[in-house]
Amino acid sequence: MRANRLGAALAVALTATLASCGSGEPAQSTEAAQSPTAAAQGPVKLVYWTWAPNMDKIVDVWNKAHPDIQVTVSKQAGGDDAAAKYLTASKAGNPPDLVQAEYQHLPSFIAADAVADLKAETAAVKGEFSEGLWNLVTLGTEGVYGIPQDSGPMMLFYRQDLFDKYGIAVPKTWQEYADAARTVRKKDPKAYLGTFSSKDPGAFTGLAQQAGAQWWSISGESWKVNIADEPTKKVADYWDGLVKEGAIDDMPFFTPEWNKALNDGKLLSWPSAVWAPGVLSTNAPKAKGKWAIAPLPQWNAGESFSGFWGGSSVAVSAKTPNKAAAAQFATWLNTDPAALELLVKEAAIYPASTKAQSALGEAPEYFSNQPDFWQQAATVSAGARGFTFGPNVGVTYNSFKDAFDKALQSKSPFSAAIQTMQDATVADMRKSGFQIAS
Amino acid sequence: MKRSAPYVFLTPAIVLFTLFLAVPIGYTVYLAMLRSKVSGLGLGKGSRREVFVGFDNFAAALSDAELWNGWLRVLGYGALVLVVMLGLALLFALLLDSARVRLARFSRIAIFLPYAVPGVAATLLWGFLYLPSLSPIREILDVDFLGATTVTYSMANVAVWGGVGFNMLVLYTTLRAIPRDLYEAARLDGASEFQIAIRVKIPILVPAIILTTVFSIIATIQVFTEPTTLRPLTNTISSTWSPLMKVYRDAFVTGDLYSAAATSIVIAAISLVLSFGFLRVVRNRAFGEG
Repeated sequence: MRANRLGAALAVALTATLASCGSGEPAQSTEAAQSPTAAAQGPVKLVYWTWAPNMDKIVDVWNKAHPDIQVTVSKQAGGDDAAAKYLTASKAGNPPDLVQAEYQHLPSFIAADAVADLKAETAAVKGEFSEGLWNLVTLGTEGVYGIPQDSGPMMLFYRQDLFDKYGIAVPKTWQEYADAARTVRKKDPKAYLGTFSSKDPGAFTGLAQQAGAQWWSISGESWKVNIADEPTKKVADYWDGLVKEGAIDDMPFFTPEWNKALNDGKLLSWPSAVWAPGVLSTNAPKAKGKWAIAPLPQWNAGESFSGFWGGSSVAVSAKTPNKAAAAQFATWLNTDPAALELLVKEAAIYPASTKAQSALGEAPEYFSNQPDFWQQAATVSAGARGFTFGPNVGVTYNSFKDAFDKALQSKSPFSAAIQTMQDATVADMRKSGFQIAS
Repeated sequence: MKRSAPYVFLTPAIVLFTLFLAVPIGYTVYLAMLRSKVSGLGLGKGSRREVFVGFDNFAAALSDAELWNGWLRVLGYGALVLVVMLGLALLFALLLDSARVRLARFSRIAIFLPYAVPGVAATLLWGFLYLPSLSPIREILDVDFLGATTVTYSMANVAVWGGVGFNMLVLYTTLRAIPRDLYEAARLDGASEFQIAIRVKIPILVPAIILTTVFSIIATIQVFTEPTTLRPLTNTISSTWSPLMKVYRDAFVTGDLYSAAATSIVIAAISLVLSFGFLRVVRNRAFGEG
């Protein structure tokens, strides 16, 4: 029942617009100040879209040392919406100069011609990153479309105190994880070992990567889409069984209810990524010091694979008039030792730079009971396998949410949801004219 | 000079209309006839261009089963909201207008107050009440408010809670404008308060009821806030639950502005047909025209 109020709001907006038009003075908006004409007169001014916490503090350090290149942080809400917003801004012709781009969204940015090729500007720093991460910003092509900032290798976060209380050993394989899930249900009918979230395609993607999935690949001049491959089906069937049996809950991650369960000890584990301490410290403050980490359970005993959930790079807009300056800042931010230290300390990220990863010392405060946090993370990271993301991840991820929502609701098989994702992705790529190899 | 005066007065309206209505609508129609085409891998410069596809996007929107499912869901939801909300609004207006009610001013404000709460805030608030482990209601009532069958009612509840006050105020204001001697005459004829309400007040209210119904039909077709805000909390609301949500998804999640433009034009056309259709049906009662 908001239509009439919306009308009123529009009327106010109109009046405001007219008023500012009629005043005869250009509005002193930030956009106006950052236009290329303004840049020609004074120092280069760059706008940087990011959602990493405290990024403004880090940028302040840069601005003090570089009076000729001034960067302004524009704080964004993270996630898939941020990517959509950037694509829309880019299409509308006024994107920021720099943008934090999650690895899975980078291909859509490249396909939309929204990010600049930084091959020349980054030749010197290529060696600072592992080959796997570097591949994520090149897609295996000649171009370089971003500078890796952080990565999100997945680990198992679990409640050490409750595992001890219920006599559960840390699961080494997914089989053991399933058994542990059943044990938890027996010991405390109100608690669950974990939950399957139909809202977080990123988490599922990471688990599929761990199992060896390759959803997209490029062969010659065409794309291969293989979302419904064997490893992915294996992962889907596994969680399907646990959810239908009632051994695992199906409430989505990051809801108020989920937070409460984490805080109250009603959820005993979370297969998540290295950035989880930030989430846990905000959402489950009561459980501080009670969580511990372990490598993800494996499909076959003795293996040590992991996948990636999230992780992002800094990309430069294809439309910026100040590409060189933007590339210079992005390089500093992700390779300079002082900047990296700030990134870890202030923004609480797991840096992409290999050197910075090995220099990590003290565990995150929430995990003060786990002094070897970063060493474990490094081990996990070494065994993490990612894959090339496709040019329409937005479609795939949205299809995941809808299809898995439906599967949970109607108790239909998860493997059918996987097939829906595959079909939706291929149909969308066909419609846009991408060359697809069958 | 005198001749030009009317045009001078009209100019602001025409300029506003052109800038903020005609041009955007024209641009939307234009966008709806395009599609983005890539070649080969679709990576790198110049691999993506816009091509003209005529009415293809409209055809796709009209033949999209998911969009029609959305309409069905909104129809069910809308019927529920319209009947309950307008029924309650009418009931409250009549109660407040009756001579014997106490605390009328307080009740009026209390019923109207939810309308002042922004839709997103209201939905979040209700969302917390619906969530099993956070809700005080759930401790008493063992109902899954966000289940596949119940979620429509839960959403309708939010809309009703927010909308009753506004509609009640419209009806109540109309009631206050009725000359009191009409009631007196009815009473002299031996009519009870209930009979006065049914035989005198409601017939006089009909135009106002029609007005609130048209407003409510338009608002219901555009339902977006409630399902979008509740969606992260449950797995029973899809990204295309209502037609407008599908437009949002196409434009901003999957990046297909062209389909979104076509679908939004289809929605606008259906809204026009529904609201004008309703007005046509009730024209006699509303305006006393033949």
